[in-house]
Amino acid sequence: MRKIIKDKAIINDDWQVLKLADGESAETTVVPAGKTLVPLSVWLAQKSTLASRADIGVWLASDERAESLKEDVATLPLIAIDFPTFADGRGYSIAYQLRTRLGFEGELRAIGDVLRDQLFYMARVGFNAFATREDRSIEDALKGLTDFSETYQTAWDQKTPLFRRVARPNAQELA
Amino acid sequence: MYRYDTYDHQIVQERVAQFRDQVRRRLSDELTEDEFRPLRLQNGLYMQRHAYMLRVAIPYGLLSTKQLRMLAHIARKYDRDYGHFTTRQNIQYNWINLEETPDILADLASVEMHAIQTSGNCIRNITSDQFAGVAADELLDPRPFAEILRQWSTFHPEFAYLPRKFKIAINAAAEDRAVVKAHDIGLNLVKNEQGETGFQVLVGGGLGRTPIIGSVIREFLPWQHLLSYIEAIMRVYNEYGRRDNKYKARIKILVKALGVEEFTRQVEHEWRDLQDSPSTITVDELNRVASYFEPPVYEHLPDADVLLAEQRHENKAFSGWMSRNVRPHKKQGYAIVTLSLKKTGIPPGDATSAQMDVLADMADRYSFGELRVTHEQNLVLADVKQTDLLAIYTEAKAHGLATPNIGLLTDMICCPGGDFCSLANAKSIPIAGAIAERFDNLDFQHDIGEIELNISGCINACGHHHVGNIGILGVDKDGSEWYQVSIGGRQGNESAIGKIIGPSFAAEQMPEVIARLLEVYVRDRHEDERFIDAVDRLGIEPFKAHVYATPIGGQSLEAGEEAHA
Repeated sequence: MRKIIKDKAIINDDWQVLKLADGESAETTVVPAGKTLVPLSVWLAQKSTLASRADIGVWLASDERAESLKEDVATLPLIAIDFPTFADGRGYSIAYQLRTRLGFEGELRAIGDVLRDQLFYMARVGFNAFATREDRSIEDALKGLTDFSETYQTAWDQKTPLFRRVARPNAQELA
Repeated sequence: MYRYDTYDHQIVQERVAQFRDQVRRRLSDELTEDEFRPLRLQNGLYMQRHAYMLRVAIPYGLLSTKQLRMLAHIARKYDRDYGHFTTRQNIQYNWINLEETPDILADLASVEMHAIQTSGNCIRNITSDQFAGVAADELLDPRPFAEILRQWSTFHPEFAYLPRKFKIAINAAAEDRAVVKAHDIGLNLVKNEQGETGFQVLVGGGLGRTPIIGSVIREFLPWQHLLSYIEAIMRVYNEYGRRDNKYKARIKILVKALGVEEFTRQVEHEWRDLQDSPSTITVDELNRVASYFEPPVYEHLPDADVLLAEQRHENKAFSGWMSRNVRPHKKQGYAIVTLSLKKTGIPPGDATSAQMDVLADMADRYSFGELRVTHEQNLVLADVKQTDLLAIYTEAKAHGLATPNIGLLTDMICCPGGDFCSLANAKSIPIAGAIAERFDNLDFQHDIGEIELNISGCINACGHHHVGNIGILGVDKDGSEWYQVSIGGRQGNESAIGKIIGPSFAAEQMPEVIARLLEVYVRDRHEDERFIDAVDRLGIEPFKAHVYATPIGGQSLEAGEEAHA
């Protein structure tokens, strides 16, 4: 069983990620039994049957929109966002939209090219689970969550900017 | 100027530790070069032709003497005894070893400096007017807002992997000295009819492959909303900016594709939920940050007109320097001095460690211990007594820092070009050198008067060639270096993109090309008409006709090429 980071700990994980093969149709593909993350297209096409299952989550590609899951954020236990490469930063804004705009409170998981040096930022925008790349040490990746102990600006993890949170000195007080 | 509190220190020190570990993992191959590249870029580290280049942030161009001495120390200890001041008010070192970069960053952190986000597809150093706080035509000091933006953009988690780099500039003066129209976001500090302070917001300006002047998307944004409004712009860009082609990934391409109206609608829609969020800047916070930018304690001095007139009468060279390099100060008895880093024979913007130390000493003695870096790649002593000007001139001259050419032909903007940069198609420093040599005569330069000559070694336009009155762009044709010439570009309030005059030239032809352009100007100008105004009046045709009238020979350019090799 593969391991992921969830809520700052390394845990075993038995969710499988369903990907459509080339030419495979979202309408007809068979969603296997057991915990399965399905592509957005499959979810939208087969929602009437999948919605009754408690072991279905949805994954979004980086060019898909959080708004597509507007109706579902209250009930889905898990939404994942795929990073086709770690340099594709759209997933950060998708996470923002899911958490802040749509109020999603379930597990938000980063999948794909997920590496240690991006985890701090990912956690800040609302990801709480990370399926880090399996060819890299997950123990090492865990350290990426604690690179910084203070931040200036607001994000999902910190709703108040530093300047409202603490008393910072002015020029006279610093001197 | 702004000073770090414990929070700033902690964040920057944690960055140093993070990068030290990233370098360790790269050296032990735990990180591949592809994985490491964006990490090092976000610490200003480029791999260039011969070595790594490190770009250090000088936020909005403001430097203390302690910081400048550290920059000199870094040049001496880790580089080849010089640094290069850039068009984005930063400094670059060209001969850096990867292994030493964590120590350099630690040295920088000790004087409240860093290289955070000086490269990479993220929000870059916030730039502003080099005369902020001392300019007579200023509405309000823009630096507190620049500092608030610096902090907000530092490690912004959502906007660290944008489609492309992102540059923000702020201007608060009647004359735009921050080139706001050529930035991804340009901010003009303005007052509305009720007398309230806010920003005119421009988006989608930029040079590079597709030069575009920014469009106004909001005429008045109350200053309190600066951060949330920029957040809205950034989010629309992060979600919809193109990622399939890096040459079409800047926000200007998105604004063009959507149209300004639709882009604005999307930003305003995004902003609705953010308006009045906790990111809204408070009066307390603005006042706190502004307290660091209080003017120094000036003496009450009379104007030194009479003394200066005498000194100028006795010393013609000093007088020439006064006319070009000294500007009026808003405080009586004081002046603003620009120290030229454009001495003929030296690559534009370069300063040696020894010069940096001299500059720091001068700033301590004459200008309250602070300096500014300009986007024209010169340094400024912003608060000097008029009675000290002659002494400053004399000292600066002794160290090659008093070339009286500010705004003249040899005050060129020039990128590092093919001598250093791996992106460049062509060398730019030798071209600048050859032109400077040909027109070194100061009387001739004064006769030509104000002119901006900008040189870029490639289409990325670090040398701002599009907005030069004369712009020179290095291009590659079948593996050899050629130069395309445009005229009529300008920066500032009347920003315009230059027009290409025709087929490109070989390096050795360039001084003669410039000479012919100037011949047309001298022949056809009206009295007191600047080069750029003559181009506007005449159009490019007469210039084109004269430049291409007869074949241009030329000797091969040797001088300057090995200046720092």
